[in-house]
Amino acid sequence: MAIENAQPFDTIVVSPGRYVEYDIQIDKPLYIIGIDHPVIDGDHKSEIVTIMSDSVLFKGFQVQNVGLSYIKDWAGIKIDNRDYCIIEDNILLDTYFGIYLKKSDHIVIRNNYLKSVAKNEVNSGNGIHLWYCEDILIEKNQITGHRDGIYFEFVEKSRIIENISEGNLRYGLHFMFSNHDDYIGNTFKNNGTGVAVMYSEFILMKNNNFVDNWGTANYGLLFKEIYDGELSGNKFQNNTTAIFADGSNRIKIINNEFRSNGWAMNIFGNCMDNEIAYNNFISNTFDLTTNSSRNRNDYHDNYWDQYAGYDLDKDGIGDVPYRPVRLFSYLIGKIPEAIILLRSFFIDMINMAEKVAPVLTPQSLLDERPRMKLNIYD
Amino acid sequence: MLKILKYSFFDLIRSRWSIIYFLFYFITGMVLLYLSHDVSKAIVSLMNITFILTPLIGTIFGVMNFYNSREFIELLLAQPVPRKRIFLGMFLGISISLSLSLLLGMSLPFIIYGLFLSGQVMSLLILITSGVFLTFIFTALAFYIALVNENRLKGFGMAILVWLFMAFIYDGIFLLSLFLLQEYPIEKFAIAMSLFNPIDLSRILIMLKLDISALMGYTGAVFSKFFGNNSGMLISFLALTIWTVVPVLLILKKSFKKDF
Repeated sequence: MAIENAQPFDTIVVSPGRYVEYDIQIDKPLYIIGIDHPVIDGDHKSEIVTIMSDSVLFKGFQVQNVGLSYIKDWAGIKIDNRDYCIIEDNILLDTYFGIYLKKSDHIVIRNNYLKSVAKNEVNSGNGIHLWYCEDILIEKNQITGHRDGIYFEFVEKSRIIENISEGNLRYGLHFMFSNHDDYIGNTFKNNGTGVAVMYSEFILMKNNNFVDNWGTANYGLLFKEIYDGELSGNKFQNNTTAIFADGSNRIKIINNEFRSNGWAMNIFGNCMDNEIAYNNFISNTFDLTTNSSRNRNDYHDNYWDQYAGYDLDKDGIGDVPYRPVRLFSYLIGKIPEAIILLRSFFIDMINMAEKVAPVLTPQSLLDERPRMKLNIYD
Repeated sequence: MLKILKYSFFDLIRSRWSIIYFLFYFITGMVLLYLSHDVSKAIVSLMNITFILTPLIGTIFGVMNFYNSREFIELLLAQPVPRKRIFLGMFLGISISLSLSLLLGMSLPFIIYGLFLSGQVMSLLILITSGVFLTFIFTALAFYIALVNENRLKGFGMAILVWLFMAFIYDGIFLLSLFLLQEYPIEKFAIAMSLFNPIDLSRILIMLKLDISALMGYTGAVFSKFFGNNSGMLISFLALTIWTVVPVLLILKKSFKKDF
């Protein structure tokens, strides 16, 4: 290619065609633009595009067939220790890692389509992989068939907006040790787990859709050791477990809708000071389960479709507190095998008895202000 | 035997109760479908009703029918007809007429609603099949109890007790034993336990068909591996068949010895 001959800040326009090339190194600031998505085929040999300069625009290519390596993280497009780049409008097919950012800041990844055919977690890579980055914008990408759709490790102050992450083996989006990040308006569908947020602080999660993450070990959203996050305006539908929280503190879970999930929430006893308010719980098999008889979280003003109380003063808030943990879901937490008795009449009876006079389920876990009607969001 | 079966069958099918029984399922099915607009939800709700009601109706009808037609049985016994045919004919007469009400009452609403478009044909089929099995099993049990007990009150009480045990108490013991044995790997034990109660067995078969299996997590994987594959299915239906055949054999054995 023409990179060697180009001066810094030149524009290179590549005409349509198929180029079998790999280990392309972009070592000066260039605008590289493909017309009608020229194909760069790595022939499963090695890495394809490596950006080793600041201020590169890489736009409009089809990058395909990256080699598979167990030692090196070969990627379709990699930015290594450089800043201020834009990767836009590309198609990445069958790339081991799709777009790989390493110690790079202020980068925009927009409108890319990434598709791979990951068969198992061991020999597959992530769609968009970020390691030690800051101020990254990931917008309107579509990622499918990787191990993790988007992977964040030590990434600060970045935003993930309106992406679609679908059919990835492990997680749709995965945070590790990443703080002050936002993800807004994304759709996570049919992944092993929609989103996993681990060991991270101050994550804003807003207006996302978590759909069809269904299977024996699948979750919509997985929290592990996260603090001070906000989860609002999201929709959870048809997930085996919509939210699973382990050791997570001070999270605001507000204005979300949980519909037709197996478990809407599984909050472990080591979670505290979380606020769960103004959510709608509709048609879930279990609304809430926990493994502790103490409650250290605050539940209020939620709508629970199984609430059977009354509202005499007509203020829209039920006069009797609601206990979202049913005896059976508590028992399953203790003895998983007991699930074989799901929907048995005996279980219905003891659930009823427990509802009238709670003995085993957490006494203090209750919604003091259950809503009579659905919470309406704008 | 066919004559007796026919007589008993038409006697029952003409009776009010069969029609009420049919109408009950028909109306319930309709209401559930048109309220929920979701075939698989309607099947789950109908399952809850079916598995408590079919055994109960089978039990009550079995006992009542036997005691009410005692004179008729005595009359038949005076004729040169083998005992086997009399009792088998009467038993089949009741169970088939009840099953017919169940079959029609349950399938018609779904067919009207458009079952074949929903892709849930298999789960409804399992629901109806297990409902029919339960009818046969509990009618046979009731018949046997009535045959053993001359005293109507005692017989009735015992039959209801058997139903109560299977529908409620067994699950309590089940849960308690799971609780006590939770230190051990108990998945296989749980599968074995469920084979010993036809109501539990039918319930689990449907739950696994309705994609609720994923809810069961890791342990569910063990269950659905057993009940989900063909050999597990076969074993389950074999267990249901044994549950039907054994009480019938008991009826026959008792009927040979019984002194009327």
